[in-house]
Formats: sequence, C-alpha cells, structure tokens
Amino acid sequence: MVPRIWRRIRYRYNVIASYCESCGSYYYPQREICPKCRRRGIVKEVEINDEGTVLSYTVVNGRKIALIEFKNGTRMLAEVCGDIEIGSRVKKAFRRYGEDGEAGIIYYGTKFVPII
Amino acid sequence: MIGIVSYGTYIPKFRIKVEEIARIWNEDANAIKQNLGVFEKAVPDVDEDTATMAVEAGREAISRVRIRPEKIGAVFVGSESHPYAVKPTATIVGEALGIGNYYFSADLEFACKAATAGIQICYAMVKAGMIEYGLSIGSDVAQARPGDALEYTAGAGAVAILVGKDPIAEIEATVSYTSDTPDFWRRDLQPYPSHGGRFTGSPAYFRHIVSAAKKLMEDFGYSAKDFDFAVFHQPNAKFPQRVASMLGFNEEKIADGMLVKVVGNTYSASSLLGLCGILDKAMPDQRILLVSFGSGAGSDAFAIRVTEKILDYPRNRRVWDKVKNCVYIDYALYLKHRRMIK
Repeated sequence: MVPRIWRRIRYRYNVIASYCESCGSYYYPQREICPKCRRRGIVKEVEINDEGTVLSYTVVNGRKIALIEFKNGTRMLAEVCGDIEIGSRVKKAFRRYGEDGEAGIIYYGTKFVPII
Repeated sequence: MIGIVSYGTYIPKFRIKVEEIARIWNEDANAIKQNLGVFEKAVPDVDEDTATMAVEAGREAISRVRIRPEKIGAVFVGSESHPYAVKPTATIVGEALGIGNYYFSADLEFACKAATAGIQICYAMVKAGMIEYGLSIGSDVAQARPGDALEYTAGAGAVAILVGKDPIAEIEATVSYTSDTPDFWRRDLQPYPSHGGRFTGSPAYFRHIVSAAKKLMEDFGYSAKDFDFAVFHQPNAKFPQRVASMLGFNEEKIADGMLVKVVGNTYSASSLLGLCGILDKAMPDQRILLVSFGSGAGSDAFAIRVTEKILDYPRNRRVWDKVKNCVYIDYALYLKHRRMIK
C-alpha cells in the first residue's frame, strides 16, 4: 500500500497533467503516451493552478465527486468539499484522502472547494 | 535587512458558538463569553488537519510574492497537533509546496510558540547565509477534552511566515524567555492536554510575556510608545488585554490582532494570526511588538518594523475578511469534524 501511495504523491498533491506538444491535448491523470498521436506524440508534464468549472457531479457515499474542466481543456474527476451545482467555479484545496487504519499512513491530495 | 518577506493564513470555514458548547454541558454561555471574551471558534472540515492547513497557508504566502518555491531553503512546521508522532509534517508541506528536495526541515513543538521559534531559526539561517528564504509555519487543530474549559477556545488555523532579505516587515530585534513551568502539557499517547487551571496565568503566561517584552525593550532601547501595534499570544481575549495594559499598551494598539474572539485559540498560529491581522493594515515605518507564549514555558518577543515594500505587496484577502465567511455547526457535527465520532 505504501509504495503505491508514495508513487502518486507528486500527482495528487498538485494537479500535474500531461500535455501533448504534437496535438495540444491535455490529460489527467497523467499519461506516458498521447492516445491521439501515439508514438508521434511528445508528452510533457504541466501543472494546473487555474480555477475550474464543474461540468457535472454525483454523490457517492456522501462525497461529492465532480467532473471539473480547466481553461486549457483538461478535465479531471475530483472530490469537491462544499455546496456546488453544475457551472460552479472551484479552486484546488489540499485535503486528507484517507488513512490506512489508525496506525497506518495518512493519504493527502488535491480536492476542490467552491470559490466564494 | 532581514524580516518577513511574505505571509499567508488559513482559517477553516466552520465555526461553533460558545452557546452551543455551553448547551451540551449545561453551563452559562454568557458568563463564559464574559470571562473569556471569546464568542466562537474555528473548526476544521472532516478532511482537514494540521498538515493540510499548513499547506494552504504556505501556498498563500508563496503566491503573494514572485519567489520560486525552490529558493526556499528551510521549512519548519510548529504545532502541537502534528498528524504523525513520527513522520514530519514539514515533509508533507515541502512536497506540496514544490520546494524540491534540497531544504532544511524539521517539525517543531513548543506548545503555542513553536512557529515563532521557527521564525527565529529562519532569521538566523538567513543572517548566516545558509539559506536565501526560510518558511516557518504555525498550524494547529487544537485539542480539548470534551467538557474541559479549553473546549470553548481550542480552535484551528494556520499561518505561514516567509523570512528573507528585502522584507515587507523587518525583524529589528528578538529575545526569548524560557523556564521550566508546567502550566499545560500532554503526556505521550494521551489524546488531550492537561493544564494547571489558574496556574496558567501569573507564573506562566504573564511572567513569560512580560519578561520577554521587557528584556527586548531594555536591550534594544524601546519603550511602549515606540510601537504602533502590539500582539500577544491569545489563549482567550482577556489575557492579551491584561498583559497589554501591564506593558503600557492601550486597547487600540492590540485591536487589529484580536482574532481570538472569532476563531478561538489557534495555538501555534495564534499570535501570528494576530500579527497578520495587523500587517494587513500596517503602513511603512510603523512598528509592531509581537510576543508569543508557549506553555512549558517560553515567550519569543519581536520588534518588527514595516517597510516601504508593503505598499506593493498584495494583502487581499485580509484576515478579518476571511473570518467573515463561515458556516455554523452544532455540537454533533463538531464531534464528527474533530473525528471524535466516525
């Protein structure tokens, strides 16, 4: 469990997406290969710090999971803390994701909060 | 010239009122409010803790200045509610802030004054030329046993202070006063702290703050009238008011820093949150006296002079504006948010 979480820290603590220099597409979670350009694609990491817009959301076990779109077109699924509706503007927040039992490690990562 | 280059604050949006806590324990809310001068306190969300709030405060401090995070050479997080007993909060914060890997780091613990100790360490390291910038963060989800008097004030919040050269507020001088005074403590593996009740007053809070402040004034030739503002640790609203008058400061000079009334005692962030409330409105050449207090016990006193650079520094959203946006919760939700029920 610990190595799996550790490998994702970089991408969870901040929104680090993939950008294909060949076709201009953005992906989150990050990808090694651009599915459009295949081997011709040149994929780079890019950090997204913009505000996002809620395209849609659902409630799972009391948690709001939203599809969020950023200005550059990147879309990501993430939990939103607070009241939202479709079209709400959100910004990233650093939160707990969970813990591996009382004695285990605590997972942290990016969630989103509505902009007031 | 070394001092505060930037600052960031984070206060969780939830609040519980003194009336709601008093309702559970069948106590007189008005008497408590009168005794403590505190009306409500900040409560974290279910997924917030000392580390998450420290990251939020740190992000604000860095975003307000054009400094690449890799230039920060030291990260210290002061708290008495670190999420791990062994595994530094500062590592989580450094990673989230994108500071890289080559930085000095440690978690500090000295009750409510750990983060001012962190500022002193950063100041010394900048002065010694070891680092260009140092980040000291005070963050706490204050613990209180249900039904204890502390429950009315134990709040949550974080403050990040970025220390370096060419500051918006110069640290002109700093002095510490430390002694072995057991006024408040938490033994290993105990979930809640214990305290000496009234003993936390005269031999602890007042003696340490007054001694540190007086020594600072004596050693560096200040008097109370040299300071435009003063901020002291805020376990409640009455203690800082009383210590201010003992040192010759009127209510006006401490008013801008008295966040405790609406967010409670944010422990390691407490006196620094007050400092940020003052920095939000201070003008060049105004001087601030900052004196923290950490149980156990010690006080760090600072003479801080605001520089011209503050005029170009982005201060919005100001701390007093941040506290206005809040959601009130009842005692049951409070227990859930504090993870006392799961």
